[in-house]
Amino acid sequence: MSHDASPPSPSNAPPLLSARGVHGGYGSMNILNGVDMTLHADEVGVIVGPNGAGKSTMLKAVFGLLNVNQGEILLSGEPIQNLAPNQLVKRGMGFVPQEKNVFPSLTVKENLEMGAFLKPQNVKRMLEQVYEFFPPLRDKRRQPAGELSGGQRQMVAMGRALMAEPTLLLLDEPTAGLSPLYMNEIFDRVKKINAAGVGILMVEQNAKQALAIADKGFVLAAGQNRFTDTGAALLADPDVARSFLGG
Amino acid sequence: MNNRHPSYTPVDSTVTRRFPVREVVLFAALLVAVLGVYAIMGAAYSTRMLVEAACYAILALGLTIQWGYAGQFNAGVMGFVALGGFCAMLFSVPVNDAFWGTELPGELGRVLLYGLAAIVLVIGVSKLDRFGMPKLLRTVLAVALAVVLYLVVISMLREVTSEIQSRAGFVGGFGLPPWTGWIVGGALAGGVGYFIGHICLGLRSDYLAIATLGIAEIIKAFLKNSDWLTRGTATVSPLPWPTPGPSALGFTLSRAIYLSLTAVIIAVIFFLLHRAYHAPWGRMIRAIRDNEVSAAAMGKDINKRRLEIFVLGCILMGLGGGVLGTFNSLFDPQGYLPLNHTFLVLVMVILGGPGNNLGTLFGAVAVYIIWIMSEPLALFIMQLVASLGEGAGWQMPTNLESRALQARVLVIGMLITIVLRFAPRGLLPENIKSHG
Amino acid sequence: MNELVFFINNVLIAGSVTGSIYAIGAIGVTLIFSIMRFAHFAHADMMTFGAFMVLLLTTAFPALGPAIGVPTALIMLPLAMLLTALLAVGIDKAFYKPLRAHGVKPIVLVIGSLGVTLMLQGLIRLFAGTSGQSLYVDDRKEILRIALPFEGARAPIVVTEPQLYLFVITIVCVVALALFLNRSRLGKAMRAMSDNPELAQASGINTNTIVAVTWVIAGGLAAIAGTLLSLDVTFKPDLSFFLLLPIFAAAIVGGVGHPYGAIAGGFVVGFAETLAVFNWNVLLRPFQDSFPAWLELPSNLAFVGTEYKIVVPFFILVAILVWRPTGLFKGKVI
Repeated sequence: MSHDASPPSPSNAPPLLSARGVHGGYGSMNILNGVDMTLHADEVGVIVGPNGAGKSTMLKAVFGLLNVNQGEILLSGEPIQNLAPNQLVKRGMGFVPQEKNVFPSLTVKENLEMGAFLKPQNVKRMLEQVYEFFPPLRDKRRQPAGELSGGQRQMVAMGRALMAEPTLLLLDEPTAGLSPLYMNEIFDRVKKINAAGVGILMVEQNAKQALAIADKGFVLAAGQNRFTDTGAALLADPDVARSFLGG
Repeated sequence: MNNRHPSYTPVDSTVTRRFPVREVVLFAALLVAVLGVYAIMGAAYSTRMLVEAACYAILALGLTIQWGYAGQFNAGVMGFVALGGFCAMLFSVPVNDAFWGTELPGELGRVLLYGLAAIVLVIGVSKLDRFGMPKLLRTVLAVALAVVLYLVVISMLREVTSEIQSRAGFVGGFGLPPWTGWIVGGALAGGVGYFIGHICLGLRSDYLAIATLGIAEIIKAFLKNSDWLTRGTATVSPLPWPTPGPSALGFTLSRAIYLSLTAVIIAVIFFLLHRAYHAPWGRMIRAIRDNEVSAAAMGKDINKRRLEIFVLGCILMGLGGGVLGTFNSLFDPQGYLPLNHTFLVLVMVILGGPGNNLGTLFGAVAVYIIWIMSEPLALFIMQLVASLGEGAGWQMPTNLESRALQARVLVIGMLITIVLRFAPRGLLPENIKSHG
Repeated sequence: MNELVFFINNVLIAGSVTGSIYAIGAIGVTLIFSIMRFAHFAHADMMTFGAFMVLLLTTAFPALGPAIGVPTALIMLPLAMLLTALLAVGIDKAFYKPLRAHGVKPIVLVIGSLGVTLMLQGLIRLFAGTSGQSLYVDDRKEILRIALPFEGARAPIVVTEPQLYLFVITIVCVVALALFLNRSRLGKAMRAMSDNPELAQASGINTNTIVAVTWVIAGGLAAIAGTLLSLDVTFKPDLSFFLLLPIFAAAIVGGVGHPYGAIAGGFVVGFAETLAVFNWNVLLRPFQDSFPAWLELPSNLAFVGTEYKIVVPFFILVAILVWRPTGLFKGKVI
């Protein structure tokens, strides 16, 4: 999506996102007990794991929504742990929460405009791009987002995050509660967005489908890395399948 | 109590007994302050101050259970206090024969009966849809009937009351002992509290604050303008005391006896509250305040408990208002000020420690002493400044005293915001038992 | 016919006047509620403060208005709005922001705003005294009498100059606010934050800026409402006392967090008040002859006496909380 982003060269350019030994949680209590993560600009990263493993917590820690008590998180080589969310948006990070991810009384178009709040000069161009990614939104642009279906809301939410032209997009369970039809559509869009040059890190409950599109998969358990590999390798690993993918 | 750690869970364990240093120091300081006031201002004045502080302590206990135990903010303490004062007046003042000796009581009773009949009729009409009447027609009919009947009854009431006012002055009292009035005042305040709480307690906590603020002003407007019932701005005095009055025993002794009476009342309230706080009922109340969702999940009827707490607080305010009214021996509806009877009580509670009865008692007496002493102190300072200023040829503004009053308003407001910011749990915080 | 004119003067015009003032006040209350989620009790005192600023400025430069031909108070209004907006932002910085940073419950902010109420009242009375003062220092209050072109209509319709200004300014305010909220970037961000504060922050909206903008708007509107009310009657330091309950009732009637609802609520409460204190006997008297002989109308057929006017907004408040706590326009904050 960012047109001037040079293709990543693994040898000298720092990875888009790099987390080392992250401990953190709500207040002083740690839910994460040392998580490592590396993601390059052209990759889709998927975090999976059992309930309570700290998947969403890790995503929120990256986006500065809760405290990182130990360890460091780097965005393109620069430390970002414990920066406020709006500063992270300025640095090219976009976040789509799992619930309450639209402004219900604002129209679809206004929702998208809010995504570009920090870059008002880009609104027109980015609106066109988002409508191309999510064609249904163009017809619904005058409708309040609260009146849309779950899948359409998810599109509004992702579109809103894309409006700021992020280099890294964080998605918290984008397919939760959606029908299989919509789920595939959302994964399809995620691939397309990634192909346009946006690094993606998402948390997913639908682990098999998500790992199928993942360049990199992170299996968390009890706030720590259990397995880290390419999505295909994790799907093929019998250990992972037995313990985390339901056989 | 406001910025409690989210992971805090109320745990009941036996308290590890510690020597209450903080309490002893604070109460010792309070005792020194009281003795100091006695030494400077004389016994009669100081005893009066203590009685009033004791009455305020009853009000503060009422507010502390609402705010401290349950997190309900009552912004209309004044209204409940005024109701208590009114009942104390109505029950204890001698019977007015100019009213009771005429046909006027019958007239008044007839109008009240009409009012009752009108209410029954409107309720009856509003139930007509059960007999097959369309709902819209029923609503229109009920509203129209209510409007017409209201106008009829209110016109009759206006006639009777102006008649009472012109012929008898006002209805007078019942000539009963004052404590009957205190009890009825508490009950009446509780009733009003039930009405307000029933409407607001299920909603956002802000709505309760708005509604109590409103009801307090309405109660005051009613008492001020119902000359036939309260003599309005003409005021009623004297109100008889339940204990021997100053004419029999002199100021200091009579006030001291009244003080011991209020002290007994406070002791009884304090004991009962202490028992309730540590009983299963009190635990449930605190559980609801600390974590409403889990309390509800455990099957507690939250709204009912909240209503109980709110009504109980209002009853104490009514009672305290009655005791205070009788002591002042004067019923003046205009004397009930939001500043004195709502915000001062609020300061007592948040400074002393919401939810801690002992802290509330301390706060009540300490704040009241400061409040009372600030007046002569400010005047003294001003006279000092004035004499210095005149020496330098400077002309003083004339209405200094009324401006000093406004300065006190300013100080109370500042005190509220500062305490909220820097010591939100008060000087004697509620003793929260928790592991670790 | 004269009775009808009387009705127009005492209900239609008076109701529109109070309704406009309540509406402008309620907009501020509802905006603060929707952004910061607490009932701002000091709002009515911000109105008084605004009017007081106008009074000070008008007393300082009384000759300015007559030179141009409008009341001096109106010329001073923009300056007073600015000062009140500054005061509002300052109060937030000094008192509410630290409490918010502590993560307190909204009700603690309500208590804090009561403390601010007392401080403002104390300050204003310390400097202004307690008596009423006219905002027309050197100007004259024009009164327009519009005679009706009907036979038998002897009494004219009476509108005063400040009332006309009030109507014009109310319309301008409402239009400007609608444009701001629907067209401007900040206005949309304000609506976004009222919808979903966490998401607004995650979108990169600086919530501190939005909070400040909200206070500026609320403060400016409060100054307008306070000044126009003081122009219509007189400036009194205890103005706020009569305003607090009606503007809260108006905000809740309209659905808290709903600016257009607040406008509607303001007029509902304003007209309800004037209708309740209106003596209906005046309208019924002409038909006295056609009534049966046993029906004698009492001379006072008002629902409540003016001294009980405060009962009306309270009654409306209670009714709306019982039947429809979200308000007529489905507010977001219950």
